[in-house]
Parts: sequence; C-alpha cells; structure tokens
Amino acid sequence: MIYEGKQKIWSDYQKEIPDDHYFYVRSCIRQTFFPASEWAFLDITRNKFNKDIFETEHHTTCGGIAYHSDAIPQETVMTIIARQFALMHKYGYENYVCSCITSFGLYCETLESWREFPDLQNKIAENLKKATGLEFAKPKFLVHASDLVYKYRNLIAAQAKFKLVDKNTGKPLRVVEHIGCHYSKMFPSKGIGGAEYPYVLAGMVEAWGGEVVDYPERRHCCGFGFRQYFVQSNRGYSLANTHKKFESMEPYKPDMIITNCPGCPYFMDRWQYVIAETQGKTYGQNGHGIPVFTFEEVAGLVLGYNPWDLGLQTHQIGPEPVLDKMGIVYDPAKKYLGKNGKDIGKPDFVECIK
Amino acid sequence: MGKLCERLMKDYRIKEGLNACINCGTCTAICPAAEFYKYDPRQIVDIVQSQDDAEIEKLLKSDTIWYCGECMSCVTRCPRKNAPGLVVMALRSLSIDMGYFMESEKGRQQYVVSKDLCGNILNYGYCVYPRTFKYATHQEAGKVWKWEEEHMDDVYERLNANLDGEGPGAVRKIPQKDLDEIKKIFDITGGTDRVNAVKAAAEKKANELGLTEEEYFNKVYTECKGAHLNH
Repeated sequence: MIYEGKQKIWSDYQKEIPDDHYFYVRSCIRQTFFPASEWAFLDITRNKFNKDIFETEHHTTCGGIAYHSDAIPQETVMTIIARQFALMHKYGYENYVCSCITSFGLYCETLESWREFPDLQNKIAENLKKATGLEFAKPKFLVHASDLVYKYRNLIAAQAKFKLVDKNTGKPLRVVEHIGCHYSKMFPSKGIGGAEYPYVLAGMVEAWGGEVVDYPERRHCCGFGFRQYFVQSNRGYSLANTHKKFESMEPYKPDMIITNCPGCPYFMDRWQYVIAETQGKTYGQNGHGIPVFTFEEVAGLVLGYNPWDLGLQTHQIGPEPVLDKMGIVYDPAKKYLGKNGKDIGKPDFVECIK
Repeated sequence: MGKLCERLMKDYRIKEGLNACINCGTCTAICPAAEFYKYDPRQIVDIVQSQDDAEIEKLLKSDTIWYCGECMSCVTRCPRKNAPGLVVMALRSLSIDMGYFMESEKGRQQYVVSKDLCGNILNYGYCVYPRTFKYATHQEAGKVWKWEEEHMDDVYERLNANLDGEGPGAVRKIPQKDLDEIKKIFDITGGTDRVNAVKAAAEKKANELGLTEEEYFNKVYTECKGAHLNH
C-alpha cells in the first residue's frame, strides 16, 4: 500500500466546517419524533460552547419527503429550498446547518444542479422573487448538524461526564453507526469520510470512548423508502430492510446504535418492536432490543444530561441497558412524568422489549 | 426520438442521472428494492437509454417504477456515474403528468402520498406533523407513540418543544404569511397542478367504482393485490 495515495484519497473526503455562526433549519421527522434532540443540539452548541446558531420561526419544511415521494415537482422543491436559503441571507448568515439528512442530500443535489444548469438557477430565482419577494442567495457553507457535532467531538470529550465505556468491565461499548443514505451516497465528497467509509459518527464514537462495530450490511438503507413507508400496503419493504440489517449485526453483539438521520432511529427502533411483537425475536441481550440513539442524544448522555430531558422515554426500545453500562444515574419513577412532575400516565410495553 | 422520450430528456434528473449505462447491473445488486420487489433498475435504465417510446409508455403505466425507495444507494456504486434513482424520479413525474400512474396499483397510491404530505405542507408547513400522524394508521409506531398521541401537549412540553406555539422551536405554529408563500410557490411551480391532477384522477376512479373519497383513499392505502414481491 502506498501511504501517500491513501492520504490523498482521504483528503478528498474532508470538508471545511466553519466553527461558528450558523443559520439552523429543523427537520420534520426529528421535530415530530425526537424534538428533544434538536433542543439538545441547540443547548450544547449555544449554551455549552457559546456558538451563534440562529433559528427563525419563518422557515418551513424543505419539502424533501414530498419530493422523494414524488408528490411535488422538482421546480417546487427547489423554490422552497431557495426560500430557506433566502431567509438565511435575510438574517445575515452565510453558513447553513440543517437537522435533516433528506434535506442535506437535497440541498447538495439542488446546489449541484444550479451550478451545472445556470438557466435552471435563474428560473428558480425568478420563482422565488415572484412568490416571496425574497432575494436569491446560496450558502457559502452547507453542513449537517452531525458535521458540527463531529467538529465539536473533542470539546464534548473534554467536558464528558460519562464515556461510551462499560463501567463494569472497563471495555468500550460496541456501537453500530448508521449513516442516513442521503448524507453522502449521492455526493460522497460532501460527507466527512465519503460514502463507503463515512467517519462522521465513527469519529464521535471513538472520541467518546466507544468501539465501532463493522458488519456486512453496515451501509444498507434503514428501509424508510418514503412512499414505501407512508402507504400502509408498502410497509413490508421498510420492515424487511430493517430486518436485514438487524440479522446482519446480531452476531457482532452491539450494545447500541447511533444515527445521524432523523428517520433511521425511528425505523430501527420501531421495527425492532414490530419484529419482537410478531416474531418474538429481540436482537439485544437478555430479551432487550438494541437501543437506538440520535447523535444529539449520545452527545447529551456523554455530557451528563438527564436521559428524560433528552427524550429517551419516547423510544420504544428502552435505553436503560446502555445507561446502566455507562454508569448514568437516572430515576425510573420520573421517566414518564410531564413538566414539573405532572402525572401523564405511561405507555404499555411488550414483555420482550424491556 | 418519440414524444415521451423527448419529454423525459428535458428533465434535469435525466440530464444529470443518465450518462452512458453499460448495463453492468451493479445498481440492481446494491438496490434494497430489488431484493424485496420484482424490480430491476438496470432494465429500467436500459429501456430509457433505448429511447423506445412504446417500451417507455409500458414502463410509465407499470407498477415497476413505483418500487424504488429513492435511497440512492445505486448512485454511489455506478461505475459510470449514472443515477438510476434520478431516472426513476423523472419517469414517475412523467407518469403523473401523462395520467399513466392510474393504470397501476402502486401508481394509484400517489393519491395517498399527495393528500397526506402536501396537506401537511400547505396546512402546517411540515411534511410530517405530530397531530396528523395517527397511531390508528401507524401501529408500528408503538405503544409509546399511542401514549404520546394521548398526551401530546404534555409530552411535547416536557421535551422542550413548542407545539403549535408562537416563535421558533420544534413543531411550532408556522406563521400564516409563510404558509401563504409556500402556497404561492406551489401555484407557480406546478405543485398545485400536480396535487389537483392526482386528486381529479382519484375522484374519477372513485366515481367509477362507486366509492366515497374516504373509501377510495382507504382502498388505495391498504390494497395489495398484485404479485409485487420477489419471494
């Protein structure tokens, strides 16, 4: 192996990530299923690291899920995206950070199409003006929120209250990292580490003391498939793909899964529940499922956030086996309480997913 | 070059996604949909590349183009930098524009995704929105989602969200002025036309079948009669 050659290939998959001053755009799925993850991202970056991460209530969906379900034309989604970029410009920012991976991939695709076809860009700019009166602009730097947490991973490690280490054995936790398909499969150069060996989550896991698990279907899609999930009669597609991943990772005995796409943790969490209910099969230890986390949740746990502030009570697969191994102290009695300790009932669970 | 082919070639996704396919089948080998459905992206790209209008028309009227999950795994591995996933997206758009999507079971499902997703965008500013994501039609979301749905305001408050609230935050109420701008974007870019075309075709079909709109929606949402699967 020629070492310099390898260094050159790796350098192609590095990206410049500004340290500060971002316009933040939320994700439809993360807001719906993991709203506390977005809260944790903003709390960590703003309040722990004093970064300027600006959000306005005027931004909307990018339309990406509808576009990838073929419900809206390309021109429509591109003009909605142009509106998001124009808001960034209006508020005086040039660095754009998004919470959603579908959005991130679509922003990359859109910027590339505009670069390749200037007439298309002009048309979208005209549409934008006509519909909103806003001035067309493009971000100088486009990053996903996981890129930023990757950049801050050593800052987080320096303030860590807990590590991804089994306190009983002293061994690193075995972590499956699952990257959302649209992070870098379409534009490998836009993701840290490219598409075959993305390093964005692996870098976090290593910095925080864990061990990354390799397994045959590591790069297989979680199975979202857009219309393959939203239409009930297609959902077998989604389940079958998640099942394939879990069957593949099972022999490697992972302790946990970390994800950067908002949809993947939902599907990998919920389809484990369905497999357990319908087949009686679980993939973790002692009849548990394998807990699935967002990258914000893992960062929050490492920094010592209360697991229930991070929203881990809204996972169908309980996080407790991982919390216990990391030595995180939590109060089970407070798991399902509302704000200020309000009793709001609790969910019924199946026996095999403790 | 036939008329369908001419229209396809104008789609930017074909311009970007179809260079020179060598029919190696790498896309099919990596494709999650090809493992589940009777689906072969290599064949689809081959037909488009052949520029045979009769074959393209068959494709546009078939279930085949609706099997893709748009994960774009094919894009990474293609040795000729093609994007079969983008080719499929262009085919789906043309199928809708021509009304051919109504000829296949999977194509007719566009009514469901159009009504649900575009409804969420235009009414709330989100593709997915907690108040319209129902446990009754998403039981796989688990008992935990059932609990969240039953105590939605309290759960989202606990999670530091801003459900339907003023100002920024997760699942906030997006101001009407912004929703009006999104509607204008739909109007001038063909989004509204697509929503209306899919709706009109569904209503016509529902009438033919003697079904109410709700009955037709549920039929399309749940029906799986075709021999779609690989196994």
